[in-house]
Amino acid sequence: MRETLDKTRATATGLAAATEVLEKNQYDPSRLIPILEQIQEKLNYLSKETITFVADALRLPPARVYGVATFYARFALNPKGKHIIRLCDGTACHVKKSRDILEKLYEKLGLSDEKRTTDDLLFTIELVSCLGACGLAPVMVVDGEVHGQSTPQFAEEVVDKIIAEEAKGGRE
Amino acid sequence: MDKKVLTVNGREVEFTDERNLLEVIRKAGVEIPTFCYHSDLSVYGACRLCLVEVEGTNGRPNAIMASCSTAPAPGMSIRTETKEIRAMRKVAVELLLANHNTECPTCVRSEDCKLRKIARQLGVEHIRYKKLKDFAPIDVSSPSLQRDPNKCVLCGDCVRVCSEVQGIGAINFANRGSNAQVVPAFGAGLGEVECVNCGQCAAVCPTGAITPKQDVDKVWAALYDPTKTVVVEIAPAVRVAVGEQFGAKPGENFAGKLVAALRIMGFKRVFDTCFSADMTIFEEATEFLDRFTKKEDLPLFTSCCPAWVKFCETYYPEMRPNLSTCRSPQGMFGSVAKKILPEQLGCKREDLVVVSIMPCTAKKFEAGLDKFKVDGVPETDIVITTSEVQRMISSLGIKLDELEPEAFDMPLGFSTGAGVIFGTSGGVMEAALRFAVEKATGKTLENVDFKMVRGMDKIKEATLETPAGEVRIAVCHGLASARALIEKIKSGEAKYDFVEVMACPGGCISGGGQPFGATDAIRKQRQAGMYVADKTAQLQKSQDNYLVDKCYQEHIGGGPGSHEAHELLHTTYENRSRAFDAVIPALRGTDPERVSVIMTVRADSDPKGGEKALKQLVDHIKASARPEGFDVDVAFAGSGEESVEVGGNAVPGFRTPAAMKKVKGLVDAAC
Repeated sequence: MRETLDKTRATATGLAAATEVLEKNQYDPSRLIPILEQIQEKLNYLSKETITFVADALRLPPARVYGVATFYARFALNPKGKHIIRLCDGTACHVKKSRDILEKLYEKLGLSDEKRTTDDLLFTIELVSCLGACGLAPVMVVDGEVHGQSTPQFAEEVVDKIIAEEAKGGRE
Repeated sequence: MDKKVLTVNGREVEFTDERNLLEVIRKAGVEIPTFCYHSDLSVYGACRLCLVEVEGTNGRPNAIMASCSTAPAPGMSIRTETKEIRAMRKVAVELLLANHNTECPTCVRSEDCKLRKIARQLGVEHIRYKKLKDFAPIDVSSPSLQRDPNKCVLCGDCVRVCSEVQGIGAINFANRGSNAQVVPAFGAGLGEVECVNCGQCAAVCPTGAITPKQDVDKVWAALYDPTKTVVVEIAPAVRVAVGEQFGAKPGENFAGKLVAALRIMGFKRVFDTCFSADMTIFEEATEFLDRFTKKEDLPLFTSCCPAWVKFCETYYPEMRPNLSTCRSPQGMFGSVAKKILPEQLGCKREDLVVVSIMPCTAKKFEAGLDKFKVDGVPETDIVITTSEVQRMISSLGIKLDELEPEAFDMPLGFSTGAGVIFGTSGGVMEAALRFAVEKATGKTLENVDFKMVRGMDKIKEATLETPAGEVRIAVCHGLASARALIEKIKSGEAKYDFVEVMACPGGCISGGGQPFGATDAIRKQRQAGMYVADKTAQLQKSQDNYLVDKCYQEHIGGGPGSHEAHELLHTTYENRSRAFDAVIPALRGTDPERVSVIMTVRADSDPKGGEKALKQLVDHIKASARPEGFDVDVAFAGSGEESVEVGGNAVPGFRTPAAMKKVKGLVDAAC
């Protein structure tokens, strides 16, 4: 009983955050995309509840909001990990064997093309088409920090470092 | 308006206010292929088949443009066919076919599939592109419609008809690029979302991607079962469309020929839904007169259209008291047939199978509702559409047009013209007026035509002077029109006493189960056919149907409004505003048998008040005699009322102390 009530509290908190965003945008359906962006910023991802809630509040069909949320790669419909590793697989990075890094990360974190976030919600791997830093290929961005000329070994070290820090009680 | 001229393939064509080049070109007699263009819908410009070459002016080169989204201008010179355009169209179709499920002979739309037709027209003989996608699962969650994503050409016709004509938007595009699909929210099934089952998506789908659910096999199985006695009813709008596949013009009345065909198939009795339509008028017009006299729950909304009923339950649950409690004619037919036919036909009730032939996909949904079942068996066992019965007839090798017309069986086969016009927008209203005006005046109604409610206008309004007072009526079709009308009623801008709503354009005559390809011209022909059937009927007023009267005398408590009539011919409605299944569990008890409590909140209302009320409710349960005996869920109302339901008993609202007290009372009572 306790657990579900806690979950409801969490959802209610989330919906309160969504309400704040909706109010700031005057419940204007033409501002759907910025509304979704701002909510995702607060809540990390767009849950089914959030999307339905936004649709109802804006008097839009849920299917339309779902359509917008799935159109843009920027919107996530599943929870993202605390640490986001963005790996470039654009032409230059691909030629410089970005796939080897990806394979290493998959192996290390038990992930795959279908499963991009670890069960403990610590890591999410995102594959992007080009980061515009082809001179540094292959490029990996860890929590916003750019690492050029990456290697599988380096990727492994980065992951190990984060895990060690998390074990100590988290970074910052 | 001034006539303007442009040139199509070297011939001059006059035009006036056509909204795009495509319409001008079609007027000139050139049928350019299209998937995504529908004259009833907004212009989308996605399929790229309507490409034409527009000759450049002032030294500019010729341009290839999509004619659907190009405005016509005087002096334009257009070629609808060049080597380049032919190649482009062909590539477009090849690309569509590359990932298409091309098991065409097994597709229910194989005879009228636009993709197949256009591929043949363009002479596509090889598909040079590799299939890249695995087949996706078929959505069979809806009792009315089947959605096969592997046949979708992403033209968006269904998306636009659902949101523009029906004002719902149950399906939309999701994902992007090569992963784009047309799906309900969250990839759910059509049966799990706010879809009202009207089937207009299937009526515009150029391929077999959305089709009426096929139930023909169930009918054959019943017919071949020697222990079963199978009877059939034919809905009004079926008769003016069923002949189209067999050489008849739209609107030609094929009722008699259809009766003959159904007898050949082996149906024991062939009846007419117009009989129970007449019965509906007895009940509904009586209900109207009663409410009108008492000035209670007005306007009265008709309830014959199951798509409209579900729409009202979903978006306007607070208007449920305004919905007529009368079952639809199909609903009345099923309950009456199951009550009186076993004795007449000498069979057991459980061996009687009632099949109904409907122009409608939503009727399949309606027939399967629990409230229309007795001991778990539906009163209407199987519902098939006009297009399904056409297929049954073809499969027998019967030439429908050559059959001698036969008469319906009695007593459930006798009807008046008022029962027949139920199939067109305005028909239910006109039939009810013929009854109500005569009853109100106490004099025989000589002129039975109420022409102001006829025609294809989306909203028709009129005021009638009667001895009982002024009666303000409205008739609308298309649920987007219904939404507009209800908003006007709610804001107080419009006041009506009696409102007829039908979901499909023009009414049942272009329902989701009718033969594919209805245009406004065809709709008008079918409507005209309904009024001819009315004029040529022996009687025009439902109240003159003496067999309905006799049925009341012998089986249904003597007349409309009786206790038996209430049991057999009326129904109740539920609040479906929680159609969006984002239910949040708030409390889970541990008792093996728990009472379900659902708090429905509106997404655009004060969330803090909602949280406070939820806390009050949860605290009350925890302090009650059965703290582990309840499950509490929070749901969202799309646009309907807020409420709390405790084990099926609903309390509207919870923000007032009085309402909350009622809720707590229900919780205590359930302890």
